[in-house]
Amino acid sequence: MSVATDWPDRLYTMLKRAGVRQVGYVPDAGHARLIERCRADDDIHDVALTTEEEGVALAAGAWLGGGRAALLMQSSGLGNCVNMLSLARSCRFPLLMLITMRGEWEEFNPWQVPMGSIVDPVLKLCEAEVHRASAPEEVEGAAARAVQHAFGDERIAAVLLSQQLIGRKVWSK
Amino acid sequence: MLERRAAMAALVADRGDLLIVPGLGSTTWDLAAAGDDPRNFYLWGAMGGAAMIGLGLALAQPQRRVAVITGDGEMLMGLGSLATIGIKRPGNLAVIVFDNGVYGETGMQPSHTRSGVDLVAVAAACGFPQCCDVRDEAGLGALATRIRTFDETLFARVLIASDEPPRVLPLRDGIELKNRFRAALGLKA
Repeated sequence: MSVATDWPDRLYTMLKRAGVRQVGYVPDAGHARLIERCRADDDIHDVALTTEEEGVALAAGAWLGGGRAALLMQSSGLGNCVNMLSLARSCRFPLLMLITMRGEWEEFNPWQVPMGSIVDPVLKLCEAEVHRASAPEEVEGAAARAVQHAFGDERIAAVLLSQQLIGRKVWSK
Repeated sequence: MLERRAAMAALVADRGDLLIVPGLGSTTWDLAAAGDDPRNFYLWGAMGGAAMIGLGLALAQPQRRVAVITGDGEMLMGLGSLATIGIKRPGNLAVIVFDNGVYGETGMQPSHTRSGVDLVAVAAACGFPQCCDVRDEAGLGALATRIRTFDETLFARVLIASDEPPRVLPLRDGIELKNRFRAALGLKA
């Protein structure tokens, strides 16, 4: 498999190498492959969430117990997390977020644009380290830096996986 | 009807190695009033997040029992987390809700439970294998025993009086709360 298509597998390998044992997610097409890998792994607790903010609290609890978690979401989900990010900021909990972007490139659905367009500034206002990957070969490096920021520095770190990387959503079935 | 401070004291009097996450507001003051302990992770914010912090902790520490003890308003804000926990069902997690039907911290405005929302029924419908409704001293005594011995995901609603005892404020530095909790588990702070 080429680097152009196997970046979700590379992210999975990165999470394993980082010792992540809990992965919270709201189902997302861009993360489908990574979610599938995590669900198939008996050493990872895959935690399907009803809303992304649950994952912020999950990650805090994991760290309290000596574990490491990651949170997978789409850009719209960041908006659901904002107050709960205070938990990570007030206590300096590590929080690794892998965010697939919508509303920024060949977006068919204009309702994705309002949140997608403010992901970067919202994250920065929340004192998160932001690493963007726009091409497949950038994913691994961005994720490695985010892992270091999250678990090494005990901070919020986000990897933004651009819509260009994921490809446009197909609307005809 | 049960008095909240006495109810919390009864639950934690013989806690053993129980890890406790109280919710924002009154249950944090109740737990502080029952006696400080580094294995209490007090919440001064994160409303709606107590049960999910409990889930992450329970999954990371499968050999220890974890009790989330929160209020009805805090639980209502994170109602979806009951569904999330209900499909994961760690056997070492208990979610206990002190239900007085009001938001005590903001001036006693009625919560949804006052108008009939039944949290025990919600938890049961979400798949919690053990659910109980505690309304008197006998039920409280049984729950105090149960949180030291349960081995299936437990939900309990404790009906308490809507009085507002004086606040007892614990440590509020989040980093220190985190570090001392981890140190109590033998983890690097």
